[in-house]
This record gives sequence, structure tokens and C-alpha cells, in this order.
Amino acid sequence: MDWANAIDLARFQFAFTIAFHILFPAVSIGLASYLAVLEGMWLLTGRTVYLDTFKFWLKIFAVVFGMGVVSGVVMSYQFGTNWSVFSDKTGPILGPLMGYEVLSAFFLEAGFLGVMLFGMQKVGKRLHFLATLLVALGTAFSAFWILSVNSWMQTPAGYAVNEVGQFVPDDWWAIVFNPSFPYRLVHMVLAAYLTTAFIVGATGAWHLLRDNKNPLARVMFSMAMWMAVVVAPLQIVAGDMHGLNTLEHQPAKIAAMEGHFETRRGAPLILFGLPDQEAAVVRYAVEIPKMGSLILTHELDGEVKGLEEWPREDWPNVPLVFWSFRIMLAMGFGMVALGLASLLLRIRGRLYDSPWVKRAAVLMGPAGLIAVLCGWIVTEVGRQPYTVYGLLRTADSASPLDAPAVGASLAAFMVVYMLVFGAGTFYLLRMMGKTPSSGDQGPDALLPTRAAAMSMNPELLRARGGSGSGNTGASS
Amino acid sequence: MSLDYPLIWAGLIGFAVLAYLLLDGFDLGIGILFPWLGGEAEQDIAMNSVAPVWDGNETWLVLGGGGLFAVFPLAYAIILPALYAPMMAMLLGLILRGVAFEYRWRTVRGKFLWNFSFTAGSLIATLAQGIMLGALIQGIEVDGRAYGGGWWDWLTPFSLVTGLAMVVGYMLLGSTWLILKTEGALQEFSRRVAWYAGWGTLALIGIFSLWTPLLLPEYMERWFGWPAILYVAPVPVLVLAAGIALFLGLRRKAEAQPFIFANVLFILCYIGIIISFYPHIVPPTVTIWQAAGPDSSLKFLLVGASVLIPIIVVYTAHAYWVFRGKIDPSAGYH
Repeated sequence: MDWANAIDLARFQFAFTIAFHILFPAVSIGLASYLAVLEGMWLLTGRTVYLDTFKFWLKIFAVVFGMGVVSGVVMSYQFGTNWSVFSDKTGPILGPLMGYEVLSAFFLEAGFLGVMLFGMQKVGKRLHFLATLLVALGTAFSAFWILSVNSWMQTPAGYAVNEVGQFVPDDWWAIVFNPSFPYRLVHMVLAAYLTTAFIVGATGAWHLLRDNKNPLARVMFSMAMWMAVVVAPLQIVAGDMHGLNTLEHQPAKIAAMEGHFETRRGAPLILFGLPDQEAAVVRYAVEIPKMGSLILTHELDGEVKGLEEWPREDWPNVPLVFWSFRIMLAMGFGMVALGLASLLLRIRGRLYDSPWVKRAAVLMGPAGLIAVLCGWIVTEVGRQPYTVYGLLRTADSASPLDAPAVGASLAAFMVVYMLVFGAGTFYLLRMMGKTPSSGDQGPDALLPTRAAAMSMNPELLRARGGSGSGNTGASS
Repeated sequence: MSLDYPLIWAGLIGFAVLAYLLLDGFDLGIGILFPWLGGEAEQDIAMNSVAPVWDGNETWLVLGGGGLFAVFPLAYAIILPALYAPMMAMLLGLILRGVAFEYRWRTVRGKFLWNFSFTAGSLIATLAQGIMLGALIQGIEVDGRAYGGGWWDWLTPFSLVTGLAMVVGYMLLGSTWLILKTEGALQEFSRRVAWYAGWGTLALIGIFSLWTPLLLPEYMERWFGWPAILYVAPVPVLVLAAGIALFLGLRRKAEAQPFIFANVLFILCYIGIIISFYPHIVPPTVTIWQAAGPDSSLKFLLVGASVLIPIIVVYTAHAYWVFRGKIDPSAGYH
């Protein structure tokens, strides 16, 4: 059987399913916190504009969360179906970390999501706010554990190897807080916040372009732009620190990101170019002399290792890593620029006046999603050809697979994902495109998803005396 | 004192899988019954009866899979490739039905599509779960530390029967859940479905129980050997008793009794399967202790599990308590 082919298909299947999956948690981590802030502001100030904005995004959160749940169940079983050797060998270390993720995060999110979505009238404001906070806390726990897992695969620590070749725990503290974990966690959580902020900002800007007085759109736009001002520069600092950590532990990945094939002192910073992996050169390179060494070693003549230090079979795919890294950076600097522009307008008291900044914000809506995907490609393709860095090669991790079986399931996943997540994206965009309004339901008629549908049902409408808003007039 | 960590964990994962079967069982069952419900209003009610809890229910499946990976990595690495096709089918089915909970309310024109994906996904996932159960019971070929069989080993007449049994059994759970949560015409309809599904479930349990011992000599010895038969005899007797209680409940139009005894039937079958399996986790070769990871891994996760699982049970129960009682069709979920 064609082993190499089966492994390539399995790799592509994993890349495909996780690329879809990673976008949903990235949004739901950010959105859950945003919802908690909005509900908190509502309880604190009593201003219904916060509650209305909360309700607008709660419906969207429900859809995103649902897509995250179903695409996540796939992940928890795919290790076993396609990567059974990896599962057997790393299970004793990674399994308990994922076990903690399920126990401390998934149940918490799922257990209180129902109350968050449907429970306002049943449990009251305080308990409802607690549920919102617990859902947000669950998403944060989830990020903590899964990034610990991923980081251990990148920078394994605290393990021993037993007689049957399994990695077994030696020091749990060293495993959980392995060398790249703190940097990766901060970088990813900030990325999740920025991703959400730019989606919220684009939605607000879109509606402001149509009606500059819409109070909900103003709340969204203003809060999102604050995030761009504060978090985007922080993210660049965090990303730089993460990069220096990678240089220490995975220098070959950095060499691929920078397009450095040769080891040299006073290495340039290659801005653009076409890396040619076969010839081991970057063609048409646009460079800044010595900047590469300065950034990576903080000395103009510091030595920077090139890929020539490693045998070719240990090289990752250089063009893919090189380009993904540059796209991610472009998104990051774009975010900072938009944040600065909004800050200048805000200082002059004209935040809502410039149509160009609003148009730019709409355009930048998917910037976070693109940056997350590209960052993911940089770190995951960059650590190839290993699943456990330096210890277990990807080619030795797979199940005894047959190409037709993997190919068939891959085709099925592609068809179903395109249909299901295509439709989901369509619904999400439509929900975001709907003009946010304070509605006529009264402040505490928190009828998030179901009630809206109920009111569309003519039979039920009649049963309710023709009113689509049965709770009109209820006080907050 | 040294604890038998693999045995404790086998018990905990067994609990997670049972919790999954019982909890997701009724909401998958509702998905299967969906097209036969009387119109959109009844479908809305049926879906609302599970909407606040379905993803919590599904989390037990993630705990089952994640737990297996964590504490029995060898079993995880053998079983999943062995069940490749039905596993993929189950995952895709769960996707199709899971998104329907949200998408259905987001469209008027396309609603029929998501009704269809809700039912088709539920049916595929249920059938796949039943087939996987059958494939596991009939035994998995092991070669060294890996699966040693072919791609179609899971597909046998026996596994098809267990697949069918799962579908009928989940229909029983789903219909008795609707008896508990609804009123009027929908409740009447559910009662009729429960009657037929109850008979179907009992008949299939009978076929399953007579067939299983013929699959492997170990099972025959476990169920019909002397004196083993004395210890295991209460299981089929209790199954009969639970079946009678189920039908009595349906006849006197009780609200909770049918659901309770449908669950008891599932628990008893589950106990029966554990009796057949023990001490194996991958029958007929790999035992719980052979598949277990090192004690240090099991201990590390057990510390957290022993605190978190009781908390999870409490707040899951709380969520069910918040949404207790009949579904009010005119009010929706507030």
C-alpha cells in the first residue's frame, strides 16, 4: 500500500479539520469575555444599550459555540483514528492534560451555556451573570490546557521514556509549564481577543456607515477600537517574546520564518522574496542589512543559524512558513495602524466622523481570523517533520492507514464542512448584518434565540394574541 | 496503601460512557423521531425540550474519548483505527445534527434542510454507535501494540443488529422523554411510539443476549458456565421486570415512570456488557491493566477528576432543574 500517500492524506485531513476548528474557539474565547463585560456593564450602569448589545452578540455566540462544539468532537477522536501510534506513545502525558480540559472547561461551558442562552427569566440577573462569567472562564481554562498540550509537543519537558516506547510523566509541573507554554498562551489568548474585537468593530462600523447615530453600533465600534489601541501593540510585544523563545528551542523554525538558509553573522532581515527550498536560496529578496541579527540576537553582528545547520530531511516547508509569517505580521501591523487612527480621531472627539476609518474597520473584520490561521500554520508547519519536537517524527506517528480509507473520510469531511460551515458563515454574516436595535421586547425579555423564531411562527403568534413580544412592558 | 488505579479509571470511564448513552440517547432519539412529529409547532417543542442541555450531554462523549486517550492510550490506539469508518460516520452525523439546533432558527426557507440534517445526523450517529458497540463486543484483532484486522471487520450481521438495537433503544428513550416533558397530542403520540419502541427494544435485547455468548467462548463461560450462571441470572430477570414496569407505566399513562424504566433497561444492558467484557477493555485480548498508562498519569488525572466530576454532576443536575417541567409552547424559552 502507498504509505507515504496515506500519511500525506492524514496530515491534510488533520490540517483541514483543525484549521476550521481553531477559528471557532478563537472567536468564542473572545466573545465570551466580551459578553461578560457587556452584561457586567449593564448591571453596573443600568444602561440598556449594553444589554441590547449583549443580546445582539449572544445569538451570534450561540451559533459560533455550536460550530466549535461539533468541530471539536472530531478533534478528540481523530488522534486515535489517524494517529494511533502518536496516541499510544504520548497518551500518558497529553491525555491527562486533555482530560483536565474536558473536566474543567468543556463541562463548565456546556453546563452553563444553557442557562446563559435561555435562563434569564428562570434564574434571575445575578445567577445569569454568574453563568455568563463561568462560560467565559470555561473558554479560558480550555485555552490554558490545550495550549499546554500543543506547547509540550513543541518543547517537550518533564518526561521519561518507558520500556515500550511511551513517553511517561516524570515531573507534571515541568510538563504543564513547559518552556514555550507561557509565551504561546499569552500570544493565543491575545489573538483570540483581537480576532473578536475586529469582528465586533467591523460589525459596528458597517452599521455606523448606514446610520451614524445607532447607539449599539457606537458601543461596538468604540469598544473594539479601544481593544485595537491597547491589545494590538501588546500582541506585537508578546509575539516578539514568543519568537525569541522559539529561537531558543526551535531555531530551525525561526530560520524558516526568516528565510535564512545560511548561517552568518550580521544576517539581513528579509522583508520579501521567493524562498526556493530546492536551491536553498531566497530569490528576489528585499532585505534590510544586519536587521535580522539585530532583532534575533540584539547585536548587529550576532550569529544567526540558517537551515544549513540541519540535514535536509529535518527541514520544514520553508515557503509556506515564510509567507504565512509575513501575512500574520501584516495583519498585526494593520491592526495597530487602525488602532492609532481611531485614537487620533477619538482624542479630537471625532471617533464616529471619518467614513474612511469605518471602511477600513469593515475591511479589517477578518484580520484576526487570517492572522490566527497564518500563525497556526507558522507554528505547526514550522515544527515539521516532528509531532513531538526532535523526538517523534510525523511519519512514525500515524495509524496503520490505507490511503483509500483516509481519502474517503477526508472527502466526506470536506463536503460536510463546506456545507455546514458554509451555511453557518452565511447565517453569521446575516445576523451581523441585521441592524442592531434596542428592540421592542422590554429590557429583561431576554428571549435570545428561540423566542425570535417562536414569534415568526404564525400559529404561535395567534396563540399569543398576535403579539410577537409577550413580555412587553416587563420592568428590568 | 496502593490503589488499583486502572480499575478505578475503568469504572470512571464506564460511568462517563453510561452517562453519555443515557443523556445523549434521548436527544438523539428525538432527532430520529423528528419527521413523524405533527408539524412544525410540535417539532419546535421537541427541540426546545433538549436545546439547553444537548451540548452538555455530548460532552460526556468527549470525556469518554479523552479519558480513554488519557488513561488507556493503548486501547484508544487499537479501538479507533479498528472502528475507523463507523467512527467517522458518527462524527459527521453529530456535526449534522448539532448545528441544526442553531441553524434551524436562523432561516425560514431553509428550515426543512436543517430538519433533515437533524434527523439524518441523529440516525447516522446512533446507528454508528450501535455498530461500534457490536464490533467491540465481537472482538478486535490485535497485532503487537496496534490494530491487526482489516477495514471492514466491524461490519457483520451481529454489529448490524446492535446498530438497529441502538436506534430502537434511543427511540424508546426519546419518546419516553417527550412523555415526561410535553402534553396533549404530542404526549399521546409519544406514548404510542414508546409502546412499539419498548417491544422492539425488548425483542432486540433478547436476540442480543442469546447471540453474544455464541461469539466468543469466554462469553459462553461467563453466562452459562456453572456456577457463573447463578451470579449473572439476576440480570435477565431484572430486564424482564423493568420491561413490565415500563409497559405498566405506559398503560396507566404515568409521566415519569416510562422514562425511568427505559433508563433502567439501558443500565441493565450496560451491566450485562460489562459482565461479558471484564477484565478486558479490548476483547478478547487486551485487559484493563495492559492498556493502562503509568500510575503516575492515572493518579495525576484522578486527583482532578475526584473533585471535578462531583461538581460537574451537581451543576448538570442544576441545569436540568432550571429547565424542569413541561415545555410551554406559547412562551418558548425565557
